[in-house]
Amino acid sequence: MAAPGHPPPLPPPPPDPQFVLRGSQAAVCALHFHGADEAQGHPLLFSGCQSGLVHIWSLRTRRPEATLDGHGGQCVTWLHTLPRGHQLLSQGRDLRLCLWSLAEGRNAVVDSVPLESVGFCRSSILAGEQPRWTLAVPGQGSDEVRILEMPSKTSVCTLKPEQGAKLGMPMCLRLQQADSSPRPLLLAGYEDGSVALWDVSERKVCSRIACHEEPVMGLDFDPQRARGVSGSAGKALAVWSVDGQQALQVCRTHPLTNPGIADLALRPDRRLLATAGWDHRVRVFHWRTMKPLAVLAFHSATVNCVAFASDGLLAAGSKDQRISVWSLYPRT
Amino acid sequence: MDAARPDVRLAVREALHALRSSEDDGRVLSTLEALQRLVGGAGSPARAGERQELATAPFAALLRDLAGKLSAGWPGPNARLEQLGRSFFLQGPAGQAFLALMECVESAAGPSSRLMKTVQLLATFLSQGRLAALMEEQCRQQAQPGPGLFQETLLVRVVGLPDQLANRLQRDTLDAFLPQNYFPLLGEQLVRALQTVVDSLRAGLDCAVGFASQVLGKVCVQGRQKEILGVLVPRLTALTQGSCLWQRVCWRLLEQVPNRALEATLTGLAEAVTGPEVLSRLLGNLVVRHRKAQFVMTQKLLFLQYRHSTRTLQSLLGYLAMDVQRRPLLVQALKELLETWGSSSAIRHAPLAQQRYVSKAILICLAHLGEPELRGSRDELLASMMAGVKCRLDSSLPPVRRLGMIVAEVLSSRLHPEGPPLRFQYDQDDLSREMLALAAPGPAGGSSPEPGPPLTAVAEETPTEMEDRAAETLDSSIPQGGPQGSDSELDSDDELVPYDMSGDQELQRGKAPQYIRDCLEALSTSEDVERWEAALRALEGLVCRSPEATREVSVELAKVLLHLQERTCVAGFEGLRQRGLVAVVVADPARVAEYLTSQFYALNYSLRQRMDILDVLTLAAQELSRPGRPGRTSQQGSPALAASQPGSTTAPDWRVLVEERIRSKTRRFSKGCPRRALASGPNEFNSVAGHFFFPLIQHFDRPLVTFDLLGDDQLVLGRLIHTLGALMYLAVNTTVAVSMGKALLEFVWALRFHVDPFVRQGLLSAVSSVLLSVPAERLLGDLPDELLEARSWLAEVAEKDMDEDCRLLAVKSLLLLERLRDKLLPPSSPVGP
Repeated sequence: MAAPGHPPPLPPPPPDPQFVLRGSQAAVCALHFHGADEAQGHPLLFSGCQSGLVHIWSLRTRRPEATLDGHGGQCVTWLHTLPRGHQLLSQGRDLRLCLWSLAEGRNAVVDSVPLESVGFCRSSILAGEQPRWTLAVPGQGSDEVRILEMPSKTSVCTLKPEQGAKLGMPMCLRLQQADSSPRPLLLAGYEDGSVALWDVSERKVCSRIACHEEPVMGLDFDPQRARGVSGSAGKALAVWSVDGQQALQVCRTHPLTNPGIADLALRPDRRLLATAGWDHRVRVFHWRTMKPLAVLAFHSATVNCVAFASDGLLAAGSKDQRISVWSLYPRT
Repeated sequence: MDAARPDVRLAVREALHALRSSEDDGRVLSTLEALQRLVGGAGSPARAGERQELATAPFAALLRDLAGKLSAGWPGPNARLEQLGRSFFLQGPAGQAFLALMECVESAAGPSSRLMKTVQLLATFLSQGRLAALMEEQCRQQAQPGPGLFQETLLVRVVGLPDQLANRLQRDTLDAFLPQNYFPLLGEQLVRALQTVVDSLRAGLDCAVGFASQVLGKVCVQGRQKEILGVLVPRLTALTQGSCLWQRVCWRLLEQVPNRALEATLTGLAEAVTGPEVLSRLLGNLVVRHRKAQFVMTQKLLFLQYRHSTRTLQSLLGYLAMDVQRRPLLVQALKELLETWGSSSAIRHAPLAQQRYVSKAILICLAHLGEPELRGSRDELLASMMAGVKCRLDSSLPPVRRLGMIVAEVLSSRLHPEGPPLRFQYDQDDLSREMLALAAPGPAGGSSPEPGPPLTAVAEETPTEMEDRAAETLDSSIPQGGPQGSDSELDSDDELVPYDMSGDQELQRGKAPQYIRDCLEALSTSEDVERWEAALRALEGLVCRSPEATREVSVELAKVLLHLQERTCVAGFEGLRQRGLVAVVVADPARVAEYLTSQFYALNYSLRQRMDILDVLTLAAQELSRPGRPGRTSQQGSPALAASQPGSTTAPDWRVLVEERIRSKTRRFSKGCPRRALASGPNEFNSVAGHFFFPLIQHFDRPLVTFDLLGDDQLVLGRLIHTLGALMYLAVNTTVAVSMGKALLEFVWALRFHVDPFVRQGLLSAVSSVLLSVPAERLLGDLPDELLEARSWLAEVAEKDMDEDCRLLAVKSLLLLERLRDKLLPPSSPVGP
């Protein structure tokens, strides 16, 4: 029965990656874009791999520009650059958090913070234009988070859940500062599947929601809409909001085809959400409506990390040693 | 008193004489007035002696004549005389007046103005409530032994009034005389008459309700229970509330209903009451004292009828449970019900509706009976239950099995409340929920718990509503949280077009095999559960993609699949295995079908496997005979295309694009809907139908040690017959259909008196498929005897079979036969000289 009129438009076929970066020679565990490199107009991509190396990729030549080896062969779990100066933070499972100076072609560790947790919890920083910035790292006790003031490395406080609250280890951290108040907040996902909002200066939990059944593996937060999203080892994403009284509320959960989210990231323009799945796929959602937009099935092993560049480029690093770079829904 | 009687008699004679002979209206008037004064006329009650005198023959004759005169229209416009005449009917003795009027109606030959006049008078008689007066008279009279014949006549007339008037008046009958209006009126009048009886009893006078009982009984026997009891029961319900005298009168009323009318009355009563306590109030302990009533209520309504609603049943059994004296009857009823429920002959021969009825009755009994009463007869009940459950679970009809499970669960939990509960697996549906609700012991008051469902509905809705509300508030709060300037950006977001996400399947663990031999090896030998599962999932696609390779190992593959056991909990294992087998049969029909049919009659298979074989054969035959199936020739011609077909979406894409482009560039003059030609092709089942069919039909009567189709394994026999019917139907337009049809009809003939309804259903549908598949000319040419035999058998089944589905199927087959005859003997062809 051919109906007269237009047939419904077929959805476009799934996209292909714009390009693929090979050569890290180990599972890619951390990715980070560094804003535009003024000299060449191309952003840099940092990738950390299982073998402890950090590669710095030029997105123009699509080749590694440099390789940093500072973690003694232990997996690099987190990378972040500081807004001031060419400085890179890398967290490794060798219980060190290194601060690299990359200015003027240098590739040297200028400072390092000893860590006390061997877990996979990624650290988080809160840095503005001031010289002082704040760092949150997993602490000594299995359920603690340590807050440091950098670069002096002075310990500000240790956030420890009250007695009897069996949250388990912190699995992911996110430091946040509301526009209105100078007090830093910390969003932390825990092993028992709950997300807690800490008031760092008062060292107490403002609010906590149990939004997953499984350990929370990654979370991101959109301060404009006061909403965040978290992914877990389970089969669903949870979207939650923070209201004026700093209380967390679950807005909705979004079911996934396969269980397991390793990492998730919001695009800087807050339009897209990307998740790195244990099912080898990257899923892209419309952040406001949580409408699924694409399932990127390129990798042949677990995707460990995703990152967005400020110009909208998406990178995904996988256990199959490849980094795929995608250009989806370009910014208008 | 005695002095008055000659006066009255004289006055009656005189009036009669004047009426008959005199031309002088004045004299008639004066004599009638004199009589009326004597009788007492309007208002003042006649004395007993006078009333008795008026009951005699001369007065009846006077009334008859008067009725004749009135209907003829009094000669001359003498209004006074007419009014006087009417007053004799409307105020005089009601029984006499009624009889006179009815006789006048009966004597009329047909509709006429005279008749109409009488009828009008009768209508006025009814509307003025004289029927109540009539019944009061009779009730009073029965204190003395009354004239039996007169009462009998009166009874027939009162109850038969609608019929008699309809006979006379044909279509002109008045509304008041239609049964649906008359009997409610009669009910009202009956209540009024009873009211008088109660009043006079209060006053210390003797009264009898025998006539009222007879009226009630006769109306009910005539099938007008609904009309009369619809009025009577609510009124009596209200009146008996709190009044012992009324209750006594009511009990008496029902007790005196003649035996032959008792069943109709009690049935109507049980249907009309709102609950057991009302029934108990109206009947008292009638069921204990009255043998006939006991028979009706504990035997007839429970075992011999099954049309009554659940509510009637609840009223009835609740009534039995409400009094200590009646409770032994309830226990007895439960025992007998269970005996019927558990009897294998009843299960086989009773219609399903009755089995449902009996089951419901059992559950209601259980709800009413208490622990000690059940304990007293526990062993007996348990024995009946065990027998019944066994027979029921053996049945091949799912509803019968279901009834067995539900009743057994409830009964065992009541008989052994302390023991571990008996639990069956069955799907909850409306019937099972209703039955379980019946078994729940209700509140002692018996008020039906009507507001149950709405309450739960509300409870279910509330959380979702709250969630909705919460979501709304959240949604409304979110934009407030963010800056307002982002609205335009939000709007543009809606244009993000999602990519195709159809490939987003659940991730499969383990590597699926790529070749059919790998798959076979993985299925037969692999210890790796993940690999085994992946092979099972990949099998159907592999077989469809490479039929050539499948043919090399087809029988081996079928063997492996047939013996495949579920090793781990694989979702949809049965379906996967079945689809795999079907694909193998389709790929290599002749050899695999031969193998499967031979295994069907082989030793050492479970019934499950044998039934799987039947299912697979049917599905494969369906697939083979489906028109428009991608033909094998095309697959052989272009293996590359065939290989790329599943999974790739590119081919349809470009075709759609090209067609779209052609359509946009082509101008058509006629704007009809483009019609796609129906896919057609030769029936691939043609060449292999025999391999499916004949091996199956050949050996059914040779029992093995483990497999006896004509004995215990009648379930498989039923499935086999259904399969044969389906194969026959799918073999339409094949050359082998005629011999298949012949074999199948012979097979049906051999089994036509099988006791299992499921088997008979299969036989009937097999006959239908023979009629559908074999060409009409060949049917009549080659199989005329078989057809005739089948026809007589079908006619018998359609009429007498106890299973409703069997009757329905037989009727359908008969209709097919009729159509066949019409096709062969077109009505247009002239027959005869």
